[in-house]
Amino acid sequence: MSDQVLTHAIDPAILSGGVEHLKLEDEDICLKVKDLELYYGEKRALNEINLEIPRKRVTAFIGPSGCGKSTLLRCFNRMNDLVDSARVMGEIALDGDNIYAQDVDVSALRRRVGMVFQRPNPFPKSIYENVAYGLRLQGINKRHILDERVEWALKSAALWGEVSNRLNDSALGLSGGQQQRLVIARAIAIKPEVLLLDEPASALDPISTLKIEELIYELKSEYTIVIVTHNMQQAARVSDYTAFMYMGDMIEYGATDKLFTNPDKKQTEDYITGRYG
Amino acid sequence: MSLEKKPAVESHFKSWWKSGAPWIWLNAGAVSISVVVVFGLLALIASRGMSHFWPSDIQQMQYQTAAGEIRIIGEQIEHENIAANQFTEIGLGAAPEGVEYVKRWLIKTGNRDILPADFRWIDDHHIKQIKTPEDLIVVERVEWGDFYGYLKSVSELGKQSSTGETAWSDLEQRLQRVLDLRDEQKLLEKSEIGAINYQLERLRLKRRGHELDGTDSKENLAEIAAEEKALDDQYQALRSRLESLLTAIARDSAQFEVMDGSIVEVPLKHMVSVLKPNGMNVFEKLGYYFINFKNFMIDDPREANTEGGVFPAIFGTVMMVLLMSILVTPLGVVAAVYLREYARQGAMIRIIRIAVNNLAGVPSIVYGVFGLGFFVYFLGHNLDRLFFPEAMPAPTFGTPGLMWASITLALLTLPVVIVSTEEGLARIPSSFREGSLALGATKFETLWKVVLPMSSPAIMTGLILAVARAAGEVAPLMLVGVVKLAPELPVDGNVPFVHLERKFMHLGFHIYDVGFQSPNVEAARPLVYATAFLLVLVIVLLNLSAIMLRNRLREKYKALDS
Repeated sequence: MSDQVLTHAIDPAILSGGVEHLKLEDEDICLKVKDLELYYGEKRALNEINLEIPRKRVTAFIGPSGCGKSTLLRCFNRMNDLVDSARVMGEIALDGDNIYAQDVDVSALRRRVGMVFQRPNPFPKSIYENVAYGLRLQGINKRHILDERVEWALKSAALWGEVSNRLNDSALGLSGGQQQRLVIARAIAIKPEVLLLDEPASALDPISTLKIEELIYELKSEYTIVIVTHNMQQAARVSDYTAFMYMGDMIEYGATDKLFTNPDKKQTEDYITGRYG
Repeated sequence: MSLEKKPAVESHFKSWWKSGAPWIWLNAGAVSISVVVVFGLLALIASRGMSHFWPSDIQQMQYQTAAGEIRIIGEQIEHENIAANQFTEIGLGAAPEGVEYVKRWLIKTGNRDILPADFRWIDDHHIKQIKTPEDLIVVERVEWGDFYGYLKSVSELGKQSSTGETAWSDLEQRLQRVLDLRDEQKLLEKSEIGAINYQLERLRLKRRGHELDGTDSKENLAEIAAEEKALDDQYQALRSRLESLLTAIARDSAQFEVMDGSIVEVPLKHMVSVLKPNGMNVFEKLGYYFINFKNFMIDDPREANTEGGVFPAIFGTVMMVLLMSILVTPLGVVAAVYLREYARQGAMIRIIRIAVNNLAGVPSIVYGVFGLGFFVYFLGHNLDRLFFPEAMPAPTFGTPGLMWASITLALLTLPVVIVSTEEGLARIPSSFREGSLALGATKFETLWKVVLPMSSPAIMTGLILAVARAAGEVAPLMLVGVVKLAPELPVDGNVPFVHLERKFMHLGFHIYDVGFQSPNVEAARPLVYATAFLLVLVIVLLNLSAIMLRNRLREKYKALDS
């Protein structure tokens, strides 16, 4: 229902299908996943994933619940390290360097690979301090630098106009959609290369969802964006490339308009036409 | 669609039972009982304790004894009814004809220095006549308790200066002069002479230190001797000022007629206040009541703690609880963070957690013994050897004191703080930790900047429970620092201002001491209630301030509730 309303806001070129398909071979690869396997204890959650994520494009992971798309996303900033039983094999290269190598500083990695979660999770601090949090962690405490970066990040997240006169109010007083954009501002304030979005709009109403999708479209000129979504229309609207996953396997990966209009695999077609999942 | 009708008789009880109504009654009943018990206890303590400060009327009674009729002057404290036959059996004389119970009065006759006892029981049926003459005077004295009598005259240096009508106003004026002089005397003794004594003691320790270090060269010793000389000169000057003050205070005296008709002289230097309660109306009495209560809070105790105020005990209690809080909070929080956040959750941590929880159940006297053995004798003794060898053999920290008492109580309340902090940490949703970690924060930064601030209300809850427990604790304190009478407060004007090695007074111990170690039980009883009331008040105030702080923190971090 809301989807029809939303399509107007998105670049019509993607949906029209009349333009030339994007080709992975032409892209500058940012993240390269090679033979990645992940176990939760004895259970294998990801099977030999091979994937190349292009720079400054939006890549979407779709698939039914429990297919491993969020798990795969969390591999890119090593969030799975927090799960005691998780073991990772294979490698992920960020600009050619394996992020699972022994000597990698995880904090530094996470500064380069930002993440936004399903439910908005602003800290119980002021709006300003939320955005400044990551900067202060890096030891940036000069007021004028912080002011500048906070304003820039809030403007980039299309939130500045709504909060510029109440930066010192608690972030918890914002609406869900505003909170989610604040969290995005918080993530981009530290200027990461990659932005991981884990179902960023699933807890939001249609209008807020629209704003987030517009924002994603804006941000892709600056950042490599990887988004997990269970909403296929959303994947079709916002992404340039789409990966379909099922039961821990990467079934098909390719340009979004190709995958949605003319998938190579039967499984993919069944899923996007709603026959299962 | 209509519901089927059930058999009326059987279903009535069953449905009542199933509806849960009996449980609601049970729960509400339990709450009511608790509330009634708590408020009943508070009301009892408050009424018994607070009535002590009310200036009651003084009666003059004609009383028939076997030897003849005597006059009794005193205050009716309470009465009891004894069965007539029992009255006779215990040898109190023949009961009056035709009565089942004999009423007896407990009279406070005061004048402890001239009468065999200041409280006596008298039989109601032997009282001939009761009067409350307006010119009966109550004198509160520095020693020997209250004095009752009729003012006859006031004299200066043994010569009569006024009698009769003018004597009362003369007495009031002269007493005011004595009180002013006495304030001056106290100030002189406590701050000025006290400071000189303190400095002299430090010089003595300095000299001893030089001797121990082998640096007792002529120059060093001469320097100390010169300082001592200067202090001694100051002391002599103060001494002569003090002596002239004491002479001035001892100038006046007053003559009273007491209940047996004899004239007794009371020097004004022994008086604290004089009043004629029988002539006062309710408002005057109310004013006097508040003055009495204020004095109880700000005065030092007198007469083996049965007279005067409890200020040092209030001060000691609050100081000890604050120090305990300062010690227990960081320790408990750090331990809880390790247990919950860093330690690998396994059998070992479970055992440690059970041990911590069980520590809360160890009898407090055990902590007292541990504190005495480990902190005072072992740590304190070694501290003395290392840092205060010049004071040996007199111990500095190797003896019970405020610091050891606070540490012992911090240990006692540690489990409470650990448990509530751990629960608070466990309640923080993982999304906040992930949000922080995803921004490149380390685990430590996440804990310090996000998780700990958010669990601060839970930490405060732990602290509130700890304060409630520590402020009411007496048994361990008796071993590690509380005394019946501390000559000095732990905080004063002498550098370094806070003296953690000193012994201190405590309201809880004060109750025990006044109530059960006092030579004069009747005089002390109202003080027990009043002190208990104050202790409850202090604990309530400490807790209320902690609760207000917690509410502000909760408001700030209310994200948890959504």
